[in-house]
Amino acid sequence: MTPTATAGRTPRRRLTAFLHRHAGVRLSLLLSAPLLWLGVAYLGALAALFVTALWSTDTFTGDVVKELTWVNFQDLFTLDVYRTIALRSVGVAVAVTLIDLVIAFPMAFAMAKLASPRAQRWLVIAVLTPLWASYLVKAYAWRIMLSADGVLGWGYGLTATILTLSYLWLPYMILPIYAGLERLPDSLLDAAGDLGARGPRTFRTVVWPLTFPAVIAGSVFTFSLSLGDYITVKIVGGTSQLIGNVVYDNIGAANNLPFAAAVATVPVVIMLVYLAAVRRTGALENL
Amino acid sequence: MNLSRTARTALWAMLAAGLGVIYVPLLIVLVNSFNTDRTFAWPPTGFTVRWWEAAWNSTGVRDALWASVQAGLGATAIALVLGTMVAFAIQRYDFFGKNAVSLLILLPIALPGIVTGIALNNAFRAVLEPFGVSLGLFTVIIGHATFCVVTVYNNVLARLRRMGSSLEEASADLGADTFTTFRLITFPMMRSALLAGGLLAFALSFDEIIVTTFTAGAGVRTLPLWIFENLFRPNQAPVVNVVAAALIVASIVPIYLAQRLSGGDAGTR
Repeated sequence: MTPTATAGRTPRRRLTAFLHRHAGVRLSLLLSAPLLWLGVAYLGALAALFVTALWSTDTFTGDVVKELTWVNFQDLFTLDVYRTIALRSVGVAVAVTLIDLVIAFPMAFAMAKLASPRAQRWLVIAVLTPLWASYLVKAYAWRIMLSADGVLGWGYGLTATILTLSYLWLPYMILPIYAGLERLPDSLLDAAGDLGARGPRTFRTVVWPLTFPAVIAGSVFTFSLSLGDYITVKIVGGTSQLIGNVVYDNIGAANNLPFAAAVATVPVVIMLVYLAAVRRTGALENL
Repeated sequence: MNLSRTARTALWAMLAAGLGVIYVPLLIVLVNSFNTDRTFAWPPTGFTVRWWEAAWNSTGVRDALWASVQAGLGATAIALVLGTMVAFAIQRYDFFGKNAVSLLILLPIALPGIVTGIALNNAFRAVLEPFGVSLGLFTVIIGHATFCVVTVYNNVLARLRRMGSSLEEASADLGADTFTTFRLITFPMMRSALLAGGLLAFALSFDEIIVTTFTAGAGVRTLPLWIFENLFRPNQAPVVNVVAAALIVASIVPIYLAQRLSGGDAGTR
């Protein structure tokens, strides 16, 4: 009797041999818990939320009436106030994304193409560090700066919200663009120069097309994070309202979960459309 | 590269200005934590450590800090297990719906936090209330783990791609079974990726407020919830400012660790 033959009969040995032969079983085991969590529980919760959006609330008792109705979506589309708020939210998200893009691109370019490798390392750390500082702390810092007797003293409102959101999400735009520019070989820029292209033309025909997926990856963050935000608006927005505030107020003060759920579908649909549109650019691989 | 002198100077200036914009607000919070003036009138009128003492002695702050640490550790532990499992499945196998699975992992951070928040809140109440269980710290942990999986997944996936499988095959050829190979070869090779992903997961959880708002029970108050609650109370302003300043200082720790861990590429999501 050889030792291997005895070992072959221990349960552990049999289990590993079985797993080794059956890749499908290994895969199912690996996917089981994550898919139960994210696929069944999380997606289930999302699905349930959207079913709730088709229910209504009894205005008299405040109870949820579990009958399918389009009334929430009708309100959402026909009442001017919600259309204004939805458009305003999208406007804020677009503004934040554009501001961040304009600030982040030159910064990322200087980091990736002008700085020495040693300086690059420190610059990446310098951009990353504020990401670890608390979101609330940063919004709070702007509240203090913008307050009437603060450093800037500009006061609160929609502009303050856009400024603060741009500040909050700026590193999310810098990092993907920096990574994209780093992957762009310097030789391409040199070749463009040798062929007679000046700075702007090199940018338009070489740099921008090749870093576009990275820009999109950054914009997914800035756009989505701005679209769902209601905390910053509360901190520096004064009386302005975004989609997030409508959702929040309908859960809290108004206690109207079905309507809140209906409102919440708006940013989700916008984000899904956006993600589907940018999937083709290959940007999602950059996240 | 053939950039003109002016263009170079302009780019460097923009980088410097951008970094200035990033850091000045944080510095102002730090300076204000020593400001004698209660309303932070600028410029500061005097220096005091009174607010730091008050914050140190505040039980509200301590309890909140402890709740945040517990939530962060719990969520990180779950994210480490789930994220590693998915990363292995995606990297080592081909299967139907692979793209859908990788998109699914991304979904909790791609969707606005308030959507995840109310979806979970709704689900928790529907599932738990019949059993007489109410929201608490564990629901916060579940909520946070949902969006923390992606950070571990990204780090482990990148590591597995770089690692290849030749060492594992060598180990198997030498007679080690699946578990021994994992313990002696695979795990040590991806340890720093796990630490980096775990660190990010913890930081993400520690900072989160929106999902937390909707998944925390009545008695649970994490640090962000505490800050938000006290932000609009004028008499608490100095203490809130100190907590903010302390968090800014504390954020240097993870960045230092992340740099040590993986030589610079740990911080990106």
